[in-house]
Amino acid sequence: MARRWTNTLTPADVTPKATFMNRRQIMAGLGGMAGLAGMGALPGQAQAETLEPNSWEDVTTYCNYYEFGTGKGDPAKYAGSLTTSPWSVKIDGLVDRPGDYGFQQILGEMTLEERIYRFRCVEAWSMVVPWTGFELADLLALAGVQTGAKYVAFETLYRPSEMPGTAYQVLDWPYREGLRLDEAMHPLTMMATGIFGKDLPNQNGAPLRLVVPWKYGFKSIKSVVRITLTDEEPPTSWNMANAREYGFYSNVNPEVSHPRWSQASERRLGGGLFASRQDTLKFNGYEAEVAALYDGMDLSEHF
Amino acid sequence: MIDFVNQTLRRFPVWGIYLLGGIYPTWLLYNGVTGGLGPDPVKALEHAMGERALQLMILGLAVTPLRRLLRVNLMKFRRAIGVVTFSYVVLHLLVWLVLDVQIVSQILADIAKRPYITIGMAAFILMLPLALTSNNWSVRRLGRRWKQIHLLAYPAVLLGGLHYVMLVKGFQIEPLIYLTVILALLCTRLSFAPKRAAV
Repeated sequence: MARRWTNTLTPADVTPKATFMNRRQIMAGLGGMAGLAGMGALPGQAQAETLEPNSWEDVTTYCNYYEFGTGKGDPAKYAGSLTTSPWSVKIDGLVDRPGDYGFQQILGEMTLEERIYRFRCVEAWSMVVPWTGFELADLLALAGVQTGAKYVAFETLYRPSEMPGTAYQVLDWPYREGLRLDEAMHPLTMMATGIFGKDLPNQNGAPLRLVVPWKYGFKSIKSVVRITLTDEEPPTSWNMANAREYGFYSNVNPEVSHPRWSQASERRLGGGLFASRQDTLKFNGYEAEVAALYDGMDLSEHF
Repeated sequence: MIDFVNQTLRRFPVWGIYLLGGIYPTWLLYNGVTGGLGPDPVKALEHAMGERALQLMILGLAVTPLRRLLRVNLMKFRRAIGVVTFSYVVLHLLVWLVLDVQIVSQILADIAKRPYITIGMAAFILMLPLALTSNNWSVRRLGRRWKQIHLLAYPAVLLGGLHYVMLVKGFQIEPLIYLTVILALLCTRLSFAPKRAAV
Protein backbone atom coordinates (compact mmCIF):
# COMPACT_ATOMS: atom_id res chain seq x y z
CA MET A 1 0.00 0.00 0.00
CA ALA A 2 2.87 2.36 0.80
CA ARG A 3 4.07 2.34 -2.78
CA ARG A 4 0.71 3.37 -4.26
CA TRP A 5 1.03 5.93 -6.98
CA THR A 6 -0.48 9.35 -6.23
CA ASN A 7 -1.91 11.58 -8.84
CA THR A 8 -0.18 14.90 -9.48
CA LEU A 9 -1.79 15.60 -12.82
CA THR A 10 -4.58 18.10 -13.41
CA PRO A 11 -7.43 17.98 -15.93
CA ALA A 12 -5.27 20.11 -18.24
CA ASP A 13 -2.95 17.14 -18.64
CA VAL A 14 -5.66 14.83 -19.89
CA THR A 15 -4.97 13.51 -23.34
CA PRO A 16 -7.51 14.74 -25.87
CA LYS A 17 -9.98 11.93 -26.43
CA ALA A 18 -9.29 11.62 -30.15
CA THR A 19 -5.58 11.13 -29.56
CA PHE A 20 -6.28 8.75 -26.74
CA MET A 21 -8.63 6.64 -28.85
CA ASN A 22 -6.17 6.61 -31.71
CA ARG A 23 -3.36 5.48 -29.46
CA ARG A 24 -5.45 2.73 -27.98
CA GLN A 25 -6.41 1.54 -31.41
CA ILE A 26 -2.85 1.38 -32.56
CA MET A 27 -1.81 -0.51 -29.46
CA ALA A 28 -4.62 -2.96 -29.95
CA GLY A 29 -3.84 -3.24 -33.59
CA LEU A 30 -0.26 -4.20 -32.82
CA GLY A 31 -1.15 -7.85 -32.83
CA GLY A 32 -2.61 -7.84 -36.29
CA MET A 33 0.02 -5.35 -37.45
CA ALA A 34 2.88 -7.56 -36.41
CA GLY A 35 1.47 -10.33 -38.53
CA LEU A 36 0.75 -8.08 -41.46
CA ALA A 37 4.11 -6.35 -41.23
CA GLY A 38 5.71 -9.77 -41.48
CA MET A 39 3.98 -10.25 -44.80
CA GLY A 40 4.77 -6.72 -45.85
CA ALA A 41 1.09 -6.00 -46.30
CA LEU A 42 -1.36 -3.33 -45.07
CA PRO A 43 -0.18 -0.21 -43.28
CA GLY A 44 -0.91 -0.20 -39.56
CA GLN A 45 -3.50 2.54 -39.78
CA ALA A 46 -5.89 0.40 -41.82
CA GLN A 47 -5.62 -2.35 -39.24
CA ALA A 48 -6.25 0.10 -36.43
CA GLU A 49 -9.37 1.43 -38.09
CA THR A 50 -11.04 -1.95 -38.01
CA LEU A 51 -10.69 -1.95 -34.24
CA GLU A 52 -13.07 0.86 -33.45
CA PRO A 53 -14.70 -0.35 -30.21
CA ASN A 54 -18.40 -1.10 -30.09
CA SER A 55 -20.64 1.18 -28.09
CA TRP A 56 -21.08 0.84 -24.35
CA GLU A 57 -24.67 -0.16 -25.05
CA ASP A 58 -23.66 -2.97 -27.44
CA VAL A 59 -21.18 -4.40 -24.99
CA THR A 60 -23.37 -4.15 -21.90
CA THR A 61 -26.79 -5.13 -23.25
CA TYR A 62 -25.86 -7.99 -25.57
CA CYS A 63 -24.39 -10.72 -23.39
CA ASN A 64 -24.32 -14.45 -23.02
CA TYR A 65 -24.34 -15.13 -19.29
CA TYR A 66 -26.74 -18.03 -18.91
CA GLU A 67 -26.74 -17.85 -15.10
CA PHE A 68 -29.02 -14.84 -15.63
CA GLY A 69 -31.06 -16.23 -18.53
CA THR A 70 -30.51 -17.36 -22.09
CA GLY A 71 -31.73 -14.17 -23.78
CA LYS A 72 -29.02 -11.74 -24.84
CA GLY A 73 -30.74 -8.99 -22.83
CA ASP A 74 -31.36 -11.12 -19.72
CA PRO A 75 -27.97 -10.55 -18.06
CA ALA A 76 -28.35 -6.76 -18.29
CA LYS A 77 -31.86 -7.10 -16.84
CA TYR A 78 -31.16 -9.53 -14.00
CA ALA A 79 -27.48 -9.32 -13.07
CA GLY A 80 -28.00 -6.14 -11.06
CA SER A 81 -28.82 -8.30 -8.03
CA LEU A 82 -25.40 -9.94 -8.01
CA THR A 83 -23.27 -9.16 -4.97
CA THR A 84 -19.68 -8.65 -6.12
CA SER A 85 -18.24 -7.23 -2.94
CA PRO A 86 -16.75 -8.84 -0.96
CA TRP A 87 -15.22 -11.14 -3.57
CA SER A 88 -12.40 -13.59 -3.45
CA VAL A 89 -10.81 -16.05 -5.83
CA LYS A 90 -9.73 -19.40 -4.53
CA ILE A 91 -6.47 -20.35 -6.21
CA ASP A 92 -5.61 -23.97 -5.56
CA GLY A 93 -4.17 -27.14 -7.03
CA LEU A 94 -0.54 -27.21 -8.11
CA VAL A 95 0.48 -23.83 -6.69
CA ASP A 96 2.98 -22.83 -4.03
CA ARG A 97 0.66 -20.43 -2.25
CA PRO A 98 -2.89 -21.79 -2.44
CA GLY A 99 -5.65 -19.82 -0.76
CA ASP A 100 -8.43 -17.30 -1.04
CA TYR A 101 -7.22 -14.15 -2.72
CA GLY A 102 -9.42 -11.14 -2.00
CA PHE A 103 -10.35 -9.05 -5.03
CA GLN A 104 -8.95 -5.87 -3.48
CA GLN A 105 -5.79 -7.73 -2.52
CA ILE A 106 -5.37 -8.88 -6.12
CA LEU A 107 -5.98 -5.35 -7.45
CA GLY A 108 -3.33 -4.07 -5.06
CA GLU A 109 -0.74 -6.40 -6.55
CA MET A 110 -1.59 -5.99 -10.23
CA THR A 111 -0.91 -3.19 -12.67
CA LEU A 112 -4.02 -2.42 -14.68
CA GLU A 113 -3.78 -1.65 -18.35
CA GLU A 114 -6.23 -1.09 -21.15
CA ARG A 115 -6.41 -3.31 -24.22
CA ILE A 116 -8.77 -3.30 -27.14
CA TYR A 117 -9.48 -6.81 -28.36
CA ARG A 118 -11.72 -8.36 -30.94
CA PHE A 119 -14.35 -10.53 -29.28
CA ARG A 120 -15.72 -13.35 -31.43
CA CYS A 121 -18.67 -15.44 -30.26
CA VAL A 122 -19.07 -19.03 -31.43
CA GLU A 123 -22.53 -17.89 -32.62
CA ALA A 124 -20.74 -16.00 -35.42
CA TRP A 125 -21.20 -12.45 -34.15
CA SER A 126 -18.39 -10.25 -32.95
CA MET A 127 -17.60 -7.01 -31.19
CA VAL A 128 -14.57 -4.94 -30.30
CA VAL A 129 -14.20 -4.34 -26.58
CA PRO A 130 -11.87 -2.00 -24.68
CA TRP A 131 -10.94 -4.01 -21.60
CA THR A 132 -9.13 -2.96 -18.47
CA GLY A 133 -7.23 -5.63 -16.61
CA PHE A 134 -3.98 -7.45 -16.09
CA GLU A 135 -2.25 -10.47 -17.55
CA LEU A 136 -3.37 -13.79 -16.13
CA ALA A 137 0.30 -14.79 -15.94
CA ASP A 138 0.85 -12.10 -13.29
CA LEU A 139 -1.97 -13.46 -11.15
CA LEU A 140 -0.67 -17.02 -11.52
CA ALA A 141 2.79 -15.82 -10.52
CA LEU A 142 1.24 -14.45 -7.35
CA ALA A 143 0.18 -17.97 -6.40
CA GLY A 144 3.33 -19.60 -7.74
CA VAL A 145 2.73 -22.23 -10.40
CA GLN A 146 4.38 -25.57 -9.63
CA THR A 147 6.36 -27.43 -12.26
CA GLY A 148 3.87 -30.29 -12.61
CA ALA A 149 1.01 -27.98 -13.64
CA LYS A 150 -0.15 -28.34 -17.24
CA TYR A 151 -3.64 -26.84 -17.24
CA VAL A 152 -5.62 -24.09 -15.56
CA ALA A 153 -9.27 -24.66 -14.61
CA PHE A 154 -11.68 -21.80 -13.91
CA GLU A 155 -15.05 -21.66 -12.21
CA THR A 156 -17.78 -19.03 -12.27
CA LEU A 157 -19.70 -18.11 -9.15
CA TYR A 158 -22.76 -20.34 -8.62
CA ARG A 159 -25.23 -18.52 -6.38
CA PRO A 160 -28.80 -19.53 -7.24
CA SER A 161 -30.34 -16.89 -4.93
CA GLU A 162 -28.91 -14.16 -7.14
CA MET A 163 -28.82 -16.00 -10.45
CA PRO A 164 -32.33 -16.67 -11.74
CA GLY A 165 -31.08 -18.51 -14.82
CA THR A 166 -29.60 -21.30 -12.71
CA ALA A 167 -33.14 -22.44 -11.85
CA TYR A 168 -32.91 -24.28 -15.17
CA GLN A 169 -30.30 -26.89 -15.98
CA VAL A 170 -29.33 -25.18 -19.23
CA LEU A 171 -25.77 -26.20 -18.35
CA ASP A 172 -24.30 -28.23 -15.52
CA TRP A 173 -23.59 -25.40 -13.06
CA PRO A 174 -21.22 -23.99 -11.99
CA TYR A 175 -19.87 -22.81 -15.33
CA ARG A 176 -16.40 -24.19 -15.91
CA GLU A 177 -13.65 -23.37 -18.35
CA GLY A 178 -10.04 -24.26 -18.85
CA LEU A 179 -6.83 -23.44 -20.66
CA ARG A 180 -3.59 -25.20 -21.28
CA LEU A 181 -0.89 -23.64 -19.09
CA ASP A 182 0.96 -22.10 -22.05
CA GLU A 183 -2.29 -20.52 -23.25
CA ALA A 184 -2.95 -19.19 -19.77
CA MET A 185 0.58 -17.75 -19.53
CA HIS A 186 0.37 -16.09 -22.96
CA PRO A 187 0.69 -12.30 -22.73
CA LEU A 188 -2.57 -11.79 -24.65
CA THR A 189 -4.51 -13.72 -22.00
CA MET A 190 -5.86 -11.32 -19.44
CA MET A 191 -8.12 -11.06 -16.44
CA ALA A 192 -10.41 -8.10 -17.04
CA THR A 193 -11.81 -5.95 -14.27
CA GLY A 194 -13.30 -3.23 -16.43
CA ILE A 195 -14.51 -2.04 -19.82
CA PHE A 196 -14.34 1.46 -21.27
CA GLY A 197 -12.24 2.49 -18.29
CA LYS A 198 -15.05 1.70 -15.85
CA ASP A 199 -15.57 -1.25 -13.49
CA LEU A 200 -17.03 -4.31 -15.19
CA PRO A 201 -20.82 -4.22 -15.13
CA ASN A 202 -22.24 -7.36 -13.51
CA GLN A 203 -23.62 -8.66 -16.80
CA ASN A 204 -20.12 -8.60 -18.29
CA GLY A 205 -18.70 -10.79 -15.55
CA ALA A 206 -17.95 -8.54 -12.57
CA PRO A 207 -15.76 -8.22 -10.71
CA LEU A 208 -13.19 -10.12 -12.73
CA ARG A 209 -13.27 -12.38 -15.75
CA LEU A 210 -11.00 -14.10 -18.17
CA VAL A 211 -10.41 -12.69 -21.67
CA VAL A 212 -8.77 -14.93 -24.27
CA PRO A 213 -9.14 -12.97 -27.50
CA TRP A 214 -8.17 -15.73 -29.95
CA LYS A 215 -10.78 -18.16 -28.65
CA TYR A 216 -14.56 -18.17 -28.95
CA GLY A 217 -16.20 -15.98 -26.34
CA PHE A 218 -17.50 -18.78 -24.13
CA LYS A 219 -13.90 -19.59 -23.16
CA SER A 220 -13.63 -16.14 -21.56
CA ILE A 221 -15.32 -17.21 -18.33
CA LYS A 222 -17.07 -14.56 -16.24
CA SER A 223 -17.16 -13.73 -12.51
CA VAL A 224 -14.34 -16.10 -11.63
CA VAL A 225 -14.30 -17.52 -8.07
CA ARG A 226 -11.84 -20.35 -8.48
CA ILE A 227 -8.66 -21.01 -10.41
CA THR A 228 -7.13 -24.46 -10.14
CA LEU A 229 -3.79 -25.56 -11.57
CA THR A 230 -3.90 -29.19 -12.61
CA ASP A 231 -1.89 -31.75 -14.50
CA GLU A 232 -4.79 -32.96 -16.62
CA GLU A 233 -7.23 -31.33 -18.99
CA PRO A 234 -10.12 -30.00 -16.89
CA PRO A 235 -13.77 -30.54 -17.85
CA THR A 236 -15.38 -27.47 -19.47
CA SER A 237 -19.08 -26.64 -19.44
CA TRP A 238 -19.96 -26.47 -23.13
CA ASN A 239 -17.82 -29.49 -23.89
CA MET A 240 -19.66 -31.38 -21.14
CA ALA A 241 -23.00 -30.30 -22.60
CA ASN A 242 -22.15 -31.20 -26.19
CA ALA A 243 -18.70 -32.58 -26.92
CA ARG A 244 -19.41 -32.92 -30.64
CA GLU A 245 -19.98 -29.17 -30.96
CA TYR A 246 -17.63 -27.59 -28.44
CA GLY A 247 -14.04 -28.68 -28.09
CA PHE A 248 -11.62 -27.88 -25.29
CA TYR A 249 -9.53 -25.54 -27.45
CA SER A 250 -12.28 -23.62 -29.26
CA ASN A 251 -9.84 -21.40 -31.07
CA VAL A 252 -11.46 -19.00 -33.53
CA ASN A 253 -10.91 -20.76 -36.83
CA PRO A 254 -12.71 -19.96 -40.09
CA GLU A 255 -11.50 -23.26 -41.54
CA VAL A 256 -13.16 -25.44 -38.94
CA SER A 257 -16.92 -25.40 -39.31
CA HIS A 258 -19.18 -25.77 -36.30
CA PRO A 259 -22.20 -28.10 -36.62
CA ARG A 260 -24.51 -25.13 -36.03
CA TRP A 261 -22.72 -22.23 -37.61
CA SER A 262 -20.27 -21.79 -40.41
CA GLN A 263 -17.31 -20.05 -38.83
CA ALA A 264 -15.99 -18.67 -42.12
CA SER A 265 -17.54 -15.26 -41.57
CA GLU A 266 -19.09 -13.20 -38.83
CA ARG A 267 -21.49 -10.36 -38.21
CA ARG A 268 -19.73 -7.46 -36.53
CA LEU A 269 -22.38 -5.95 -34.29
CA GLY A 270 -22.95 -2.24 -34.25
CA GLY A 271 -23.40 -1.89 -38.00
CA GLY A 272 -27.18 -1.93 -37.92
CA LEU A 273 -29.69 -3.97 -39.87
CA PHE A 274 -27.94 -3.86 -43.23
CA ALA A 275 -24.31 -4.42 -42.25
CA SER A 276 -22.32 -6.86 -44.38
CA ARG A 277 -20.76 -9.96 -42.94
CA GLN A 278 -17.01 -9.97 -42.72
CA ASP A 279 -14.48 -12.75 -43.04
CA THR A 280 -13.42 -14.33 -39.78
CA LEU A 281 -9.70 -14.17 -39.14
CA LYS A 282 -7.78 -17.21 -38.00
CA PHE A 283 -7.20 -17.04 -34.25
CA ASN A 284 -9.47 -14.00 -34.44
CA GLY A 285 -6.66 -11.92 -35.95
CA TYR A 286 -4.04 -12.94 -33.38
CA GLU A 287 -2.43 -15.64 -35.50
CA ALA A 288 1.03 -14.09 -35.41
CA GLU A 289 1.02 -14.15 -31.61
CA VAL A 290 -0.56 -17.49 -30.83
CA ALA A 291 -0.24 -19.86 -33.80
CA ALA A 292 3.04 -21.21 -32.39
CA LEU A 293 1.15 -22.56 -29.37
CA TYR A 294 -0.46 -25.10 -31.67
CA ASP A 295 2.48 -26.13 -33.84
CA GLY A 296 2.07 -29.70 -34.98
CA MET A 297 -1.53 -29.98 -33.79
CA ASP A 298 -4.39 -30.88 -36.12
CA LEU A 299 -6.75 -28.01 -35.35
CA SER A 300 -9.74 -29.68 -36.96
CA GLU A 301 -9.29 -32.59 -34.60
CA HIS A 302 -8.45 -30.44 -31.56
CA PHE A 303 -11.18 -27.92 -32.31
CA MET B 1 -69.78 -16.55 -21.89
CA ILE B 2 -68.85 -18.62 -24.94
CA ASP B 3 -71.80 -17.03 -26.77
CA PHE B 4 -70.46 -13.59 -25.96
CA VAL B 5 -66.98 -14.53 -27.23
CA ASN B 6 -68.44 -15.93 -30.43
CA GLN B 7 -70.62 -12.83 -30.98
CA THR B 8 -67.62 -10.56 -30.52
CA LEU B 9 -65.55 -12.70 -32.86
CA ARG B 10 -68.34 -12.60 -35.44
CA ARG B 11 -68.21 -8.81 -35.47
CA PHE B 12 -64.42 -8.72 -35.96
CA PRO B 13 -63.69 -8.53 -39.69
CA VAL B 14 -61.32 -11.01 -41.36
CA TRP B 15 -59.39 -8.18 -42.98
CA GLY B 16 -58.51 -7.09 -39.43
CA ILE B 17 -56.26 -10.18 -39.19
CA TYR B 18 -54.43 -9.21 -42.36
CA LEU B 19 -54.11 -5.62 -41.15
CA LEU B 20 -52.69 -6.60 -37.76
CA GLY B 21 -50.52 -9.19 -39.49
CA GLY B 22 -49.08 -6.49 -41.74
CA ILE B 23 -48.62 -3.80 -39.08
CA TYR B 24 -46.44 -5.94 -36.83
CA PRO B 25 -43.52 -6.66 -39.22
CA THR B 26 -43.67 -3.09 -40.52
CA TRP B 27 -43.32 -1.83 -36.96
CA LEU B 28 -40.45 -4.25 -36.31
CA LEU B 29 -38.63 -3.22 -39.47
CA TYR B 30 -39.05 0.47 -38.58
CA ASN B 31 -37.57 -0.25 -35.15
CA GLY B 32 -34.77 -2.27 -36.70
CA VAL B 33 -33.78 0.59 -38.97
CA THR B 34 -34.03 3.24 -36.25
CA GLY B 35 -32.08 1.27 -33.65
CA GLY B 36 -35.02 0.15 -31.52
CA LEU B 37 -34.17 -3.55 -31.71
CA GLY B 38 -30.94 -3.41 -29.71
CA PRO B 39 -27.35 -4.24 -30.66
CA ASP B 40 -28.28 -7.08 -33.02
CA PRO B 41 -31.35 -6.02 -35.01
CA VAL B 42 -30.83 -8.82 -37.55
CA LYS B 43 -31.24 -11.60 -35.01
CA ALA B 44 -34.01 -9.70 -33.22
CA LEU B 45 -35.99 -9.50 -36.47
CA GLU B 46 -35.18 -13.07 -37.48
CA HIS B 47 -36.20 -14.50 -34.11
CA ALA B 48 -39.31 -12.34 -33.78
CA MET B 49 -40.65 -13.44 -37.17
CA GLY B 50 -39.84 -17.09 -36.52
CA GLU B 51 -41.38 -17.13 -33.08
CA ARG B 52 -44.55 -15.29 -34.19
CA ALA B 53 -44.89 -17.71 -37.10
CA LEU B 54 -44.71 -20.62 -34.69
CA GLN B 55 -47.28 -19.01 -32.39
CA LEU B 56 -49.63 -18.36 -35.31
CA MET B 57 -49.20 -21.96 -36.51
CA ILE B 58 -50.24 -23.10 -33.06
CA LEU B 59 -53.24 -20.74 -33.15
CA GLY B 60 -54.22 -22.13 -36.56
CA LEU B 61 -53.87 -25.64 -35.21
CA ALA B 62 -56.04 -24.72 -32.21
CA VAL B 63 -59.01 -23.54 -34.28
CA THR B 64 -60.61 -26.97 -34.66
CA PRO B 65 -60.08 -28.18 -31.06
CA LEU B 66 -61.34 -24.82 -29.75
CA ARG B 67 -64.53 -25.26 -31.74
CA ARG B 68 -65.05 -28.88 -30.82
CA LEU B 69 -64.06 -28.74 -27.19
CA LEU B 70 -64.99 -25.20 -26.12
CA ARG B 71 -67.42 -24.22 -28.90
CA VAL B 72 -65.34 -21.11 -29.59
CA ASN B 73 -65.63 -20.44 -33.30
CA LEU B 74 -62.56 -19.01 -35.04
CA MET B 75 -63.32 -20.83 -38.30
CA LYS B 76 -63.81 -17.72 -40.41
CA PHE B 77 -60.30 -16.49 -39.45
CA ARG B 78 -58.51 -19.74 -40.13
CA ARG B 79 -57.41 -19.02 -43.67
CA ALA B 80 -56.25 -15.52 -42.72
CA ILE B 81 -54.26 -16.97 -39.81
CA GLY B 82 -52.68 -19.46 -42.21
CA VAL B 83 -51.80 -16.84 -44.80
CA VAL B 84 -50.27 -14.49 -42.19
CA THR B 85 -48.34 -17.45 -40.73
CA PHE B 86 -46.89 -18.25 -44.13
CA SER B 87 -45.93 -14.65 -44.80
CA TYR B 88 -44.13 -14.52 -41.44
CA VAL B 89 -42.27 -17.70 -42.35
CA VAL B 90 -41.27 -16.06 -45.65
CA LEU B 91 -40.09 -12.95 -43.79
CA HIS B 92 -38.17 -15.10 -41.30
CA LEU B 93 -36.50 -16.87 -44.23
CA LEU B 94 -35.79 -13.60 -46.06
CA VAL B 95 -34.17 -12.02 -43.01
CA TRP B 96 -32.00 -15.11 -42.64
CA LEU B 97 -31.06 -15.16 -46.34
CA VAL B 98 -30.54 -11.47 -47.02
CA LEU B 99 -29.60 -9.83 -43.73
CA ASP B 100 -28.07 -12.68 -41.73
CA VAL B 101 -26.15 -15.21 -43.83
CA GLN B 102 -25.96 -13.07 -47.01
CA ILE B 103 -23.46 -15.30 -48.81
CA VAL B 104 -25.07 -17.72 -51.30
CA SER B 105 -22.50 -20.51 -50.90
CA GLN B 106 -22.83 -20.32 -47.14
CA ILE B 107 -26.63 -20.39 -47.39
CA LEU B 108 -26.53 -23.58 -49.46
CA ALA B 109 -23.98 -25.16 -47.13
CA ASP B 110 -26.11 -24.27 -44.12
CA ILE B 111 -29.23 -25.83 -45.64
CA ALA B 112 -27.38 -29.02 -46.52
CA LYS B 113 -25.16 -29.40 -43.47
CA ARG B 114 -27.05 -28.06 -40.50
CA PRO B 115 -30.00 -30.26 -39.53
CA TYR B 116 -32.03 -27.52 -37.82
CA ILE B 117 -31.82 -25.42 -40.99
CA THR B 118 -32.62 -28.41 -43.23
CA ILE B 119 -35.70 -29.06 -41.12
CA GLY B 120 -36.74 -25.41 -41.19
CA MET B 121 -36.45 -25.39 -44.98
CA ALA B 122 -38.48 -28.60 -45.20
CA ALA B 123 -41.24 -26.98 -43.14
CA PHE B 124 -41.21 -23.98 -45.48
CA ILE B 125 -41.46 -26.20 -48.56
CA LEU B 126 -44.37 -28.13 -47.04
CA MET B 127 -46.17 -24.83 -46.52
CA LEU B 128 -45.78 -23.70 -50.13
CA PRO B 129 -48.71 -25.72 -51.56
CA LEU B 130 -50.85 -24.56 -48.65
CA ALA B 131 -50.15 -20.92 -49.37
CA LEU B 132 -50.66 -21.34 -53.11
CA THR B 133 -54.07 -22.96 -52.62
CA SER B 134 -55.35 -20.51 -50.00
CA ASN B 135 -57.88 -18.89 -52.33
CA ASN B 136 -61.52 -19.56 -53.20
CA TRP B 137 -60.74 -20.64 -56.71
CA SER B 138 -58.39 -23.40 -55.47
CA VAL B 139 -60.88 -24.56 -52.86
CA ARG B 140 -63.58 -24.94 -55.56
CA ARG B 141 -61.25 -26.38 -58.11
CA LEU B 142 -59.58 -28.96 -55.86
CA GLY B 143 -62.67 -30.09 -53.97
CA ARG B 144 -61.88 -32.99 -51.67
CA ARG B 145 -58.19 -32.92 -52.61
CA TRP B 146 -57.92 -29.43 -51.11
CA LYS B 147 -58.53 -30.90 -47.65
CA GLN B 148 -55.95 -33.60 -48.25
CA ILE B 149 -53.34 -31.07 -49.39
CA HIS B 150 -53.95 -28.98 -46.32
CA LEU B 151 -53.15 -31.91 -44.05
CA LEU B 152 -49.56 -30.88 -44.85
CA ALA B 153 -50.03 -28.27 -42.14
CA TYR B 154 -49.54 -31.03 -39.56
CA PRO B 155 -46.03 -32.14 -40.58
CA ALA B 156 -45.12 -28.50 -41.29
CA VAL B 157 -45.92 -27.30 -37.78
CA LEU B 158 -44.21 -30.34 -36.27
CA LEU B 159 -41.04 -29.56 -38.23
CA GLY B 160 -41.35 -25.90 -37.20
CA GLY B 161 -41.42 -26.93 -33.55
CA LEU B 162 -38.45 -29.26 -34.01
CA HIS B 163 -36.52 -26.50 -35.80
CA TYR B 164 -36.84 -24.37 -32.66
CA VAL B 165 -35.90 -27.18 -30.26
CA MET B 166 -32.79 -28.01 -32.29
CA LEU B 167 -31.48 -24.50 -32.76
CA VAL B 168 -31.12 -23.54 -29.11
CA LYS B 169 -27.91 -24.20 -27.19
CA GLY B 170 -27.86 -26.19 -23.97
CA PHE B 171 -31.03 -27.52 -22.34
CA GLN B 172 -33.75 -24.89 -22.74
CA ILE B 173 -37.38 -25.13 -21.67
CA GLU B 174 -39.19 -22.69 -23.95
CA PRO B 175 -38.84 -24.55 -27.27
CA LEU B 176 -39.86 -27.77 -25.51
CA ILE B 177 -43.04 -26.08 -24.32
CA TYR B 178 -43.84 -25.11 -27.92
CA LEU B 179 -43.21 -28.64 -29.12
CA THR B 180 -45.37 -30.10 -26.33
CA VAL B 181 -48.26 -27.79 -27.23
CA ILE B 182 -47.89 -28.71 -30.90
CA LEU B 183 -47.87 -32.43 -30.11
CA ALA B 184 -50.91 -32.05 -27.84
CA LEU B 185 -52.83 -30.21 -30.57
CA LEU B 186 -51.86 -32.84 -33.12
CA CYS B 187 -53.05 -35.56 -30.72
CA THR B 188 -56.50 -33.99 -30.59
CA ARG B 189 -56.72 -34.85 -34.31
CA LEU B 190 -56.38 -38.51 -33.50
CA SER B 191 -59.44 -38.41 -31.28
CA PHE B 192 -61.49 -36.42 -33.81
CA ALA B 193 -60.80 -38.73 -36.68
CA PRO B 194 -63.13 -41.60 -35.72
CA LYS B 195 -65.90 -39.14 -34.89
CA ARG B 196 -65.66 -37.65 -38.37
CA ALA B 197 -65.70 -41.12 -39.90
CA ALA B 198 -68.91 -41.96 -38.07
CA VAL B 199 -70.80 -38.96 -39.49
